[in-house]
Amino acid sequence: MTQTVDIPGTIMLDGPMATKGYPLNKMCYSFNNAAARNEFKQDEEAYYEKFKLTEEQRDAMRKRDVIAMLEAGGSIYYLAKFAGLLGLSVQDVGGLQTGMTTEEFKAFLVKQGEI
Amino acid sequence: MANIIGGITTSHIPAIANAMANGLEETPYWKPFFDGYPPVRDWLNEKKPDVIILFYNDHGLEFFIDKKPTFAIGVADEYHNADEGWGIPTIPPVTGESDLSWHIANSLVEDGFDMTICQEMKVDHGLTVPLNLMWPGYNYGHVKVIPVCINCEQHPMPQPKRTYALGQAIGRAVASFDQDLKVAVFGTGGMSHQLDGERAGIINREFDIDCLDKLVSDPEALTKYSNLDLVEIAGAQGVELNMLIAMRGTLIGEVKELHRNYHAPISNTGSGLMLLEHTMPKK
Amino acid sequence: MATNEKRDIPGTYLFDSKMAKKGYGLNKMCYSFNNQEARDEFNADPDAYCDKFNLTVAQKKAIKEKDIIAMLREGGSIYYLAKYAGLLKLNMQDIGALQTGMSVEEFKDMLVKNGRGEV
Repeated sequence: MTQTVDIPGTIMLDGPMATKGYPLNKMCYSFNNAAARNEFKQDEEAYYEKFKLTEEQRDAMRKRDVIAMLEAGGSIYYLAKFAGLLGLSVQDVGGLQTGMTTEEFKAFLVKQGEI
Repeated sequence: MANIIGGITTSHIPAIANAMANGLEETPYWKPFFDGYPPVRDWLNEKKPDVIILFYNDHGLEFFIDKKPTFAIGVADEYHNADEGWGIPTIPPVTGESDLSWHIANSLVEDGFDMTICQEMKVDHGLTVPLNLMWPGYNYGHVKVIPVCINCEQHPMPQPKRTYALGQAIGRAVASFDQDLKVAVFGTGGMSHQLDGERAGIINREFDIDCLDKLVSDPEALTKYSNLDLVEIAGAQGVELNMLIAMRGTLIGEVKELHRNYHAPISNTGSGLMLLEHTMPKK
Repeated sequence: MATNEKRDIPGTYLFDSKMAKKGYGLNKMCYSFNNQEARDEFNADPDAYCDKFNLTVAQKKAIKEKDIIAMLREGGSIYYLAKYAGLLKLNMQDIGALQTGMSVEEFKDMLVKNGRGEV
């Protein structure tokens, strides 16, 4: 019944992941709000505590490790708000996850668009 | 496998919470209502279900009509009540059952029921009053609850045939869960009543009793009604019958009526308490 | 039976899409009464609070006159109106009486008769 297809390099946000990632995603969702973004910037550790992030999630946040955030249940739509707070584009985030530079990642995107 | 051991219909109106808070159970007005409950409490205490799947409707605590889910399911480990506007005292949290909730949610969406899935959900009197009726003194913390919320407020709302099918799909989902859990299902609300309009105050005793009969022996007959039929026959809020129908849908095996107490009026409603024992279908 | 075709049910205001749109501001205001601060703010200055939610003239009049039927005609949904009733310390029998033009005692008697199936 439950989807358990293994697609390499793909972490699906399913029930267990959504449960696990809830505090992390709720924190990142709060970044819609400018006051929340400022509060985070002033004291990241206090902000993690406010949303009761797990140790795994705090560690991923500290290291800005997007893959680790996904593994800790992060949903990309909320993580994108965190990336925005850091001033990163989706291509920067793509580079971080694939181990490419942003320029390499952009070139990779262009290549796939070619006929 | 998880096993549905029974289904219960019960009222969920706020006036019950007030009556219990003020110790009015033995007064002439309330006694005929509360006297129905001990056999059901005894059954629950004897059978000790691990999980309650509870069908209710939100009356404007968690959901507003800015976004009104047709069907919503809670998947959290805990749920809280809050001020609903008239100062019901704050009560202890309700325990959730995340794993089975998610299993049901997965199964339902695959089955064509596109649920709103809630990891946080304030639960109102529709859910808490039945729990307090079954375990008075708010002593329900030991039992794990899966809230299933049905829109009974704003038309269009799901029709009885659809809520019955939702119940059946939940029944199948529970049967396919691989942990040994005892599950009881509550269908709450109703029965006939109308709160709004010059027609406020109508109660249809005959129809309510016929519904209870049909919930036992011929639930399919109830799926022939449309919501507007229910409004006409059982009042504007008579559509809360949908929760009772959904509960009956989950009982996909054999049922046996163990107890019933119909009483009207309590507040503006007809109250139908019924306990159905359920035997899961053979594999 | 068994069709969901629109029909007129006297004394009944179906809360459908048309009413949900019309009543949105009124319902949103009443939904806010879940919050004690909101109830206090309303009590301190009902008119200003109605304006905050952009109530129509007809909705404001209905609120001011505590006219439940008028609120329903203006798109009120009973579950939110119940919160306004709570703020006014009215219960469902009081509300029933107001809508049907009965006294509260008459309304309660009617419920008892209906409950016995004497109709």
